[in-house]
Amino acid sequence: MKILVPVKRVIDANIRVRVKSDQTGVETANVKMAMNPFCEIAVEEALRMKEAGHAEEVIIVSAGPEKCQETIRTGLAMGADRGVFVNTEATLEPLAIAKMLQAVADKEGAELVILGKQSIDDDNNQTGQMLAALMQRPLGSYISKIEKNDGGFAITREIDAGLEKLQITCPAVVTTDLRLNEPRYASLPNIMKAKKKPIEILTPEELGVDISNRMEVVQVTEPPARDAGVMVSSAAELVEKLKNEAKVI
Amino acid sequence: MSILVIAEHDKSVLLPATLNTVTAAAQVGGDIDLLVAGHDCGAVADAAAKIAGVNKVLVCDSSTHASDITENVAVLIQARSADYSHVMAPATTFGKALIPYAAALCDVQAISDVSEIVDADTFVRPIYAGNALATVRSSDSIKMLTVRTTAFELADADTGSASVETIDDAGANESIEFIGQMLSESERPELTSAKIVVSGGRGMQNGENFAMLEKLADQLGGAVGASRAAVDAGFVPNDYQVGQTGKVVAPDLYLAVGISGAIQHLAGMKDSKVIVAINNDEEAPIFQVSDYGWNEDLFTAVPALQEELG
Repeated sequence: MKILVPVKRVIDANIRVRVKSDQTGVETANVKMAMNPFCEIAVEEALRMKEAGHAEEVIIVSAGPEKCQETIRTGLAMGADRGVFVNTEATLEPLAIAKMLQAVADKEGAELVILGKQSIDDDNNQTGQMLAALMQRPLGSYISKIEKNDGGFAITREIDAGLEKLQITCPAVVTTDLRLNEPRYASLPNIMKAKKKPIEILTPEELGVDISNRMEVVQVTEPPARDAGVMVSSAAELVEKLKNEAKVI
Repeated sequence: MSILVIAEHDKSVLLPATLNTVTAAAQVGGDIDLLVAGHDCGAVADAAAKIAGVNKVLVCDSSTHASDITENVAVLIQARSADYSHVMAPATTFGKALIPYAAALCDVQAISDVSEIVDADTFVRPIYAGNALATVRSSDSIKMLTVRTTAFELADADTGSASVETIDDAGANESIEFIGQMLSESERPELTSAKIVVSGGRGMQNGENFAMLEKLADQLGGAVGASRAAVDAGFVPNDYQVGQTGKVVAPDLYLAVGISGAIQHLAGMKDSKVIVAINNDEEAPIFQVSDYGWNEDLFTAVPALQEELG
């Protein structure tokens, strides 16, 4: 089995983002970037499946400007075999990304695609679902467990009311939730080794995919600020304030 | 304008998130139809017909929909999509999985977690864990969106008189088999619609200590939530998680106990009316967004609070 893992380069989760003064987006110049945390979980799960003997190859794919190759290298340093990079300066929406991933998954003959459920920048939570729909493959969204079996995959999903178990056939598309695993750190020797692993470079045109935008970002603004309130020093004081000042209990 | 709202229900009860979504649909304006896909779900269809502002309820009562399989509901939406300018579902795990899938079938770019309707084509949605708000305008012929339920009031569930139309299912996807669910049983209010939420973080130290918060929640008639740290540590199940990638809550009172206040957690609760934080670290970022902060060890503070309320 070949596993394809799409990864996204995002502003590091620990950075507090700032909205640009011209309201066109958030400040990304000179800001620390990293692999989207949910994508790290996806890479880790693919590597574990390979280590368990269920997969022969793990391929990392990313799309965007030149620097996205660094994020692919991060996946290669974790242990993936090779990369595919779709180079474009265009603003990419989830539907366009899903179409590119479909083309890459078809080209590679990947039986399993593991994606993060959501990227922590746009918070869309769409690409995996869209890819499954486009490829007409079963979707396992928000998984906290996946096991290969004779029928395909037994998965456990995190849903609002608890957990849900599904059996899905192979080939499939799954998206990762937080409890699936704890991603490994890349060791120094593996980071050195990753520099020599191959990355194929493609363009959306070569994949034959229309990536035109369907959405226009009119403006990006700061949310209303929430001011710090007062400190209390006893249960009696807190309860009194909640009853008589805030009137919420 | 004609809008299809996808109802979320558990076969017997219509979930409140559906009512929030109807309110968002009413703000777009136009006829609102409600799709109820389920099995033996007559009670849900009856309840749906009583929601004020709903024109027609489409009921697909079929064994295909005995469980909520994303693919099976999505093809039902696709089959009906030509009749609608908008398709809307709550931004719950049900709606978040469903709408993008249906949108891709219809070659539409979905819009996630809408918190404000500007006009029929233009919507506001939080990005970067709510640290920025994006206003986006869609050029797709059908707008397919999920709705942030806490940003919209509940629609009136008693005064409507919608017509009910029975529709056929659009086929069952054979590549997915429902095995089962392990649901959290609780007598407490549901987390996302509770008026009061008591949440615990890493500071709780273990799952047993959450009993303190449960007792406090029961005294206040509230629900119990948790930060990601507490869920990852295995103190409580995943459905307790409040935050950017968990549940979004906006109760009248949010009581954060032993939660430091990472931006990912704040994303899920900062629209609460009143926030109270109890933390032994006076530098904890949670105090910067709290209306009332109490810099005290939670193992001292919570029992004191219980006694004061008792």
